[in-house]
Amino acid sequence: MIVELGHYALILALAASLIQSVIPALGAYRGDARMMEVGQSSSLGVFLLLAFAFSALTVAYVTSDFSVLNVYENSHSAKPMLYKITGVWGNHEGSMLLWVLILAFFGALVASFGRDLPPSLRANVLSVQAWILTAFLAFILFTSNPFARLFPAPFEGQDLNPILQDVGLAIHPPLLYLGYVGFSIAFSFAVAALMDGKIDAAWARWVRPWTLTAWIFLTLGISMGSYWAYYELGWGGWWFWDPVENASFMPWLSGTALLHSAVVMEKRSALKVWTILLAILTFSLSLLGTFLVRSGVLTSVHAFATDPSRGVFILMILCIFIGGSLALFAFRASTLESGGLFQPVSREGALVLNNLFLTTAAATVLIGTLYPLLLEMVTGEKISVGAPFFNLTFGPLMVPLLLAVPFGPLLAWKRGDIAGATQRLYWAVGAALLTAIIAIALTQGTEVLASLGLGLGVWLLIGSLTDLAERANFRKAGLSKGFARLKGLPRSAFGTTLAHFGLGVTVIGIVCVSAFETEIVTSMEPGGTREAGGYEIRFDGMSKRQGPNFSEEVGTFTVLDAGRALGTMESARRLYTARQMPTTEAGIRTNWFSQLYISLGDSAANGGATVVRIWYKPWVTLIWIGTLFMAFGGMVSLADRRLRVGAPAARKSLHASGAKA
Amino acid sequence: MQSKLVVAIALATALLMSAPGDGFAPSPAYAVEPDEVLDDPALEARARQLSAGLRCMVCQNQSIDDSNAGLAKDLRVLVRERLVAGDTNKEVIDYLVSRYGEFVLLQPRVSAGTVALWVTPIVVLFAGAGYAFVAMRRRRKDQPKTPTLSDEEQRELAKVLKNG
Repeated sequence: MIVELGHYALILALAASLIQSVIPALGAYRGDARMMEVGQSSSLGVFLLLAFAFSALTVAYVTSDFSVLNVYENSHSAKPMLYKITGVWGNHEGSMLLWVLILAFFGALVASFGRDLPPSLRANVLSVQAWILTAFLAFILFTSNPFARLFPAPFEGQDLNPILQDVGLAIHPPLLYLGYVGFSIAFSFAVAALMDGKIDAAWARWVRPWTLTAWIFLTLGISMGSYWAYYELGWGGWWFWDPVENASFMPWLSGTALLHSAVVMEKRSALKVWTILLAILTFSLSLLGTFLVRSGVLTSVHAFATDPSRGVFILMILCIFIGGSLALFAFRASTLESGGLFQPVSREGALVLNNLFLTTAAATVLIGTLYPLLLEMVTGEKISVGAPFFNLTFGPLMVPLLLAVPFGPLLAWKRGDIAGATQRLYWAVGAALLTAIIAIALTQGTEVLASLGLGLGVWLLIGSLTDLAERANFRKAGLSKGFARLKGLPRSAFGTTLAHFGLGVTVIGIVCVSAFETEIVTSMEPGGTREAGGYEIRFDGMSKRQGPNFSEEVGTFTVLDAGRALGTMESARRLYTARQMPTTEAGIRTNWFSQLYISLGDSAANGGATVVRIWYKPWVTLIWIGTLFMAFGGMVSLADRRLRVGAPAARKSLHASGAKA
Repeated sequence: MQSKLVVAIALATALLMSAPGDGFAPSPAYAVEPDEVLDDPALEARARQLSAGLRCMVCQNQSIDDSNAGLAKDLRVLVRERLVAGDTNKEVIDYLVSRYGEFVLLQPRVSAGTVALWVTPIVVLFAGAGYAFVAMRRRRKDQPKTPTLSDEEQRELAKVLKNG
């Protein structure tokens, strides 16, 4: 019964979004306040309806109702409760339901927190949100209904893909979707502004917090996905340039560009047209990502290329939204006035440079991801574009960008002083050079590139701190006065510093693990030892264990440092009973920032020796710690009162009108 | 068919696999086996480097160095055999391309078909830089130094000045 109610709620939500698609926008066009108000109640209503539908599906999973096709295909009664719940979005239909739920969530947020927005802008934004919602709700109802029943109901389910039976599934997709879908707000604001033909600095101030929120979630989502892949897949890679990874990385790159260009627009009302375009592109890339993943075009040999009608449906959505918004842009962009002038060497100039490189990087990832597809379509020629291509093209694009990062915040608006900025960065320059020289000396010149990479990381760390130190003016004001001034700085300054610092942390992690990791592929007998990263690793033997829905063979290892046992590590091979599918559970031991990583291969037929892969990964965790800094920087910046939508602006305008009177 | 890639896909988005039992069975990833490793460390290093750029044809976007598919193992052994026989890196790659086509290379060679792929990043970068530069110069020329007030603002100003 609850399942049917959920289905019904989904249909009602579609009807409500259809109304919301038209009425508020029409109201804004006619200047009818009551019609515009419809957007408010209907966005909250749609969110509640979808929350109910989502709960209904969750109930079906929790109670293992195998009469629901989706539950039967992706769940099992013996599955631990956590995975019963996360399994709701561990499949196509459920994940699309989560997608629209989050979309409706953001719409409801705009409706409730956007009270200070001009009514016509808010009405248009909510209507545009509803267009997206309508399209995806129709997609779900017509091609991917999660509530379809199965008769007769089977006795037992087919279980969730074992790879997904991990706490990662609880965290990664929701975060990623909050990021992906969050960019829809920036998109809706952009389209609404184009419809209005009016855009000002206030627009950027409204859009920035939403973009920042989406960016924080996307950053965390991608990072979490990377760490999950790292520990779950069992061969210690953390980024694969896989099409689906690229699909999430492209919106991140252009979203990062958008964050920066929105600053210019807010502070200097320059780059308006470009910011609008970026907002459209960023969400378009999110949609493209959804299409690539959901349609199966990129993985046609594989599993989820199920129903071609789905791919066609999403492709249609994609064409309508991207094509439509770009056409609107082309049609209306000329009506937008451009504002503030600036010299090439200036804060604005630095942010343009940032945008140039980030957008080029996004374009590179895009062409690399789609090229094999396009070429095969046009000429029938089959080629591959993999990690080596991306490393070769993406790397060189990032280096100049990273070198420029510390300069940006040190340059003044309008007209900057590059020599002055360089002077103020002398600590950073010194520390970076020193690091590189020491690294070259320690590696005896065998790892020059990696040494320079470390220098680049340190340059980012110290360079980002320089901005704060300069603004606190420690040099002239002294320590105590400096700290007092530091406390008075706006939070967004700390946010910038934290995010740029995090970038440096991630760079150092990437360089260290790429250049200095040790890998041992070997066959070990119980009692045998190997050396890795200065530790001795002893194989103690294999044992068998039984889990709730899997059986596993566990290899136990002891980590020794100069003969003293530091602890044991377990690495396992699992076989999930329902799907008869094997997985590896790598053994990982973290020591400060470095990790020992052990993964089991096949055992010899007679049982004694086992193939073992041991990696020592120096400073690998910095890769993800850096992203935490970035996300935290975003949060700090979000807490800046300037970004608290509307509030300070309202007060200011009050003062202004008071003064006039 | 084993495929870490599909697994990676699963992880990267955690969406997935609406149709079980269609041959999807990612197994643990082992890649290079101890019995394949060459005695000569320099040769082995070259073999690893080459393998990282060669596609496992039965997997998706995955190198033979990462894959544990049977074909990947055959190719790894083949690469090592050629290296031991004294081939240069280029000869090994040419040999593999002659047998399996360009598809085997994870980094496509520049050719008529792939030139657009390789030049796109450069074109985008320079076109973007050029456009930004031109736009900046034109804007500075076009715009008056100080924005003028609208008529309404002029009237307002006159009023304020008169009253003030």
